Amino acid sequence: MSAIGKPPLACKPGDYKSAVKPIWCPGCGDYHVLMSFTRAFAQLKLPPEDVVVVSGIGCSSRIPAYTNCYGFHGVHGRSLALAAGLKVTRPDLTVVVASGDGDGYSIGGNHFLHACRRNIDMTYVVMDNHIYGMTKGQPSPTTEPEFDTALSPGGTGVRPFHPLVVALASGANFIARCFSGDPNETASVLAEAIKHPGFSFVEILSPCVTFRPDESAWKDMVHPAPVPETSDQGKAARRLMTDDGFNLGILYRGSRKPYQPPVGTTSIDLAELEKDFEL
Amino acid sequence: MGASPSISIAIVGSGGTGALTTGNFLFEAASSAGWLGVFTRTMGPQIRGGEAAALLRLAVEPVESLPDQFDLLIGIDWLNAHRFGAEIMVGPHSLVISDPRGGEPPPIVGQSGARVIEVPMKELAKTVPDGRSNMVALGIAAHLLGFTAEQLFAPVEKRLADKGTAAIEASRAAIKVGFDAAASLSFDKHLAPPKPITAQRWLLSGNEATALGAIRGGIRFAAAYPITPATEVLEWLAPSLVKVGGVLLQAEDELAAINMIIGASYGGTPSLTATSGPGLSLMIEALGLATSAEIPIVVVDVMRGGPSTGIPTKSEQGDLNIAIYGMHGDAPHLVLAPQSVADCLFTTQWATYLAEATQAPAIVLSDQYMGQARAAIERPADVAFIGKRSVAAEISGPYKRYAVAANGVSPMAIPGTRGGQYTADGLTHAENANPTSGAADHLKQLDKRRDKLDNFNYGDHWASVEGSGDLVVLTWGSLTTTAREAISRAAADGIKVRLVAPRLLAPVQPDQLQAALAGAKRILVVEQTHGAQFHRYLRAHYDLPAPVRVFNRPGPLPITAGEIHSAIAEWK
Repeated sequence: MSAIGKPPLACKPGDYKSAVKPIWCPGCGDYHVLMSFTRAFAQLKLPPEDVVVVSGIGCSSRIPAYTNCYGFHGVHGRSLALAAGLKVTRPDLTVVVASGDGDGYSIGGNHFLHACRRNIDMTYVVMDNHIYGMTKGQPSPTTEPEFDTALSPGGTGVRPFHPLVVALASGANFIARCFSGDPNETASVLAEAIKHPGFSFVEILSPCVTFRPDESAWKDMVHPAPVPETSDQGKAARRLMTDDGFNLGILYRGSRKPYQPPVGTTSIDLAELEKDFEL
Repeated sequence: MGASPSISIAIVGSGGTGALTTGNFLFEAASSAGWLGVFTRTMGPQIRGGEAAALLRLAVEPVESLPDQFDLLIGIDWLNAHRFGAEIMVGPHSLVISDPRGGEPPPIVGQSGARVIEVPMKELAKTVPDGRSNMVALGIAAHLLGFTAEQLFAPVEKRLADKGTAAIEASRAAIKVGFDAAASLSFDKHLAPPKPITAQRWLLSGNEATALGAIRGGIRFAAAYPITPATEVLEWLAPSLVKVGGVLLQAEDELAAINMIIGASYGGTPSLTATSGPGLSLMIEALGLATSAEIPIVVVDVMRGGPSTGIPTKSEQGDLNIAIYGMHGDAPHLVLAPQSVADCLFTTQWATYLAEATQAPAIVLSDQYMGQARAAIERPADVAFIGKRSVAAEISGPYKRYAVAANGVSPMAIPGTRGGQYTADGLTHAENANPTSGAADHLKQLDKRRDKLDNFNYGDHWASVEGSGDLVVLTWGSLTTTAREAISRAAADGIKVRLVAPRLLAPVQPDQLQAALAGAKRILVVEQTHGAQFHRYLRAHYDLPAPVRVFNRPGPLPITAGEIHSAIAEWK
């Protein structure tokens, strides 16, 4: 969460939007994710200058410049690492990381494991559309094995990755799934994720209208999770392992202490450091 | 024979015999007594059971390069010592102490004509409860060099304090046994007495000096992924950063490490990571990001033999090309190279200052030799280079993060600053930071990033330029001290030689180099690479106004002052 004490300048969702026009295709689910971001920030009354949206590469990773917050659109797959360096040195900031299923689960997979494990207080939002959109329709780690693409004629034949299970096993402190088509509910979950201490992981099913027109069916497939959220890792594991991929809501809320070393609290004279070397 | 201004000792043993510990104790005793010099090590890759050698050079005046030949070589055992090949040279004037139970000295020793004397160090060690042969070797070395046994006790007691009095007593007794055994040995070389200590003396490695320079320059965040031979930079920073209110974060890989420091620096904290060649290769993409987004960071590359995994424990200068040309696109950035253990401090501090002042990434090219060498030196002078970036503190009206300022450096808004919100981006962007793919914006920002570095006034620190001969030795990095020694030997022969060693490798400084080479008749380029990378770099960016000879050799065989001296003397 952000620093207290500054007068909130913006509390309306529109105040968190920039003037930059998104490059997304008309009908892209990511428009609704942007709407959810701005609504969540407004709900929490976060001063936009105290929020940093960090991303990698891909359609979803374009989102920072569309907000009126600070942003960092970095290299492919490394947003979580960049955000870790930022948050550890600037714990006063609210750090939200935006990614997609290619950026976050494929090239950035290793950082995902370690960000969960490290449990730094930040929110990780993955807009999952089961496809590489920006490079025009290649299979991602969450693409179904039979889905036919130019790069994988007849399908990959490879089982998709289960990000929520990986997140739980790796130590994420908050796990939720949302659907971009319900921006109000998504905004509420995002606000909860931002408020929750530690590493919060929110997967947002966000259909790709161009390369996955079949995903227009998602609106009829998603459903609220039939059981309430849990703080029990065992229960969460069983629930996530048997998940149909369309359960929505907060699925796990842990109580692990976030990792935040003290910074800026001590400062000795630099000459003290030299004593190590004196003969 | 008269007293020598310097004396060199090599102590060899298989991994675990304690050859390095022996060298360390000897070096600490000598430096406490007032001698200067350098202690380095060479070893195989094994954690235990490989080959290890402590290489010392003790001197009256500051010295950092290895000798042409070692005066004294002690083989605690010779298992695998042949793997060093010519890395440890001895000659007809050298004395070799060999344990008959430690195997045969490598053939290169026999061929050198060195005098070999057998001393049963293992047997002698057994005469003392828990005695170790490396402590016997230490006693022998102490006697031959003219120390008292007591002078060796102090560092031993300090180092073994947590092992208890029994361990200390065993070591003291073994040192004494070795010391007494050496009484019958003749060694006709002895070190001239040290000069009185008039200034604070330090004992530190280049990697430690690098880390201290970073903190002095203002670094308060480091991200760390361990890699030989850079890890000591990070291990020194871990507790030290905490003491100054900073923090070190261990990364999951080098990709994470460099992105972590970009994130921290974006948040306003001067940041650094340290790595070696393989790590630098992984960091290159993000170095381009820092260049494009104008985020100041410092990346220390302690070079080792390459390519690929290469020789992790041994030195080379082969990362010059990747440091200068590694990034895709046109990506102007800073590349600096320290020239000695002490200069690791200055150069890293200066690099931090320059990175912050120009909002550009800086690569510091250290190497295994000076990184892991420990040197006894006079305390380096304090310098005023403390990183300070141009920050947009008060913002009214539309903020343009990448506004084209007169000097190319535009004030940076730090998160938390109201009105300064912008998205830092690796995409080509306009002055207001918004992504664009237009030719005009692209050119404008390419120009901006080039000009801010080209127009910066780097002052006299860009190079070491010494002497006035018309023969110039043009070198860089840790070879600078070796070349300096060769030049002083040439001076003793009556040959005046000039030294030119750039500390700032990028951006290139054509006017300054031209002035430094004015009047040169011959230029001897000296570098530790296989492909003459430095020579090619010079040819690409500078006019060399005289005939050039290139003395290049890959690692790990160190280039010695004697070899450079010969190359000078042969070029009539």
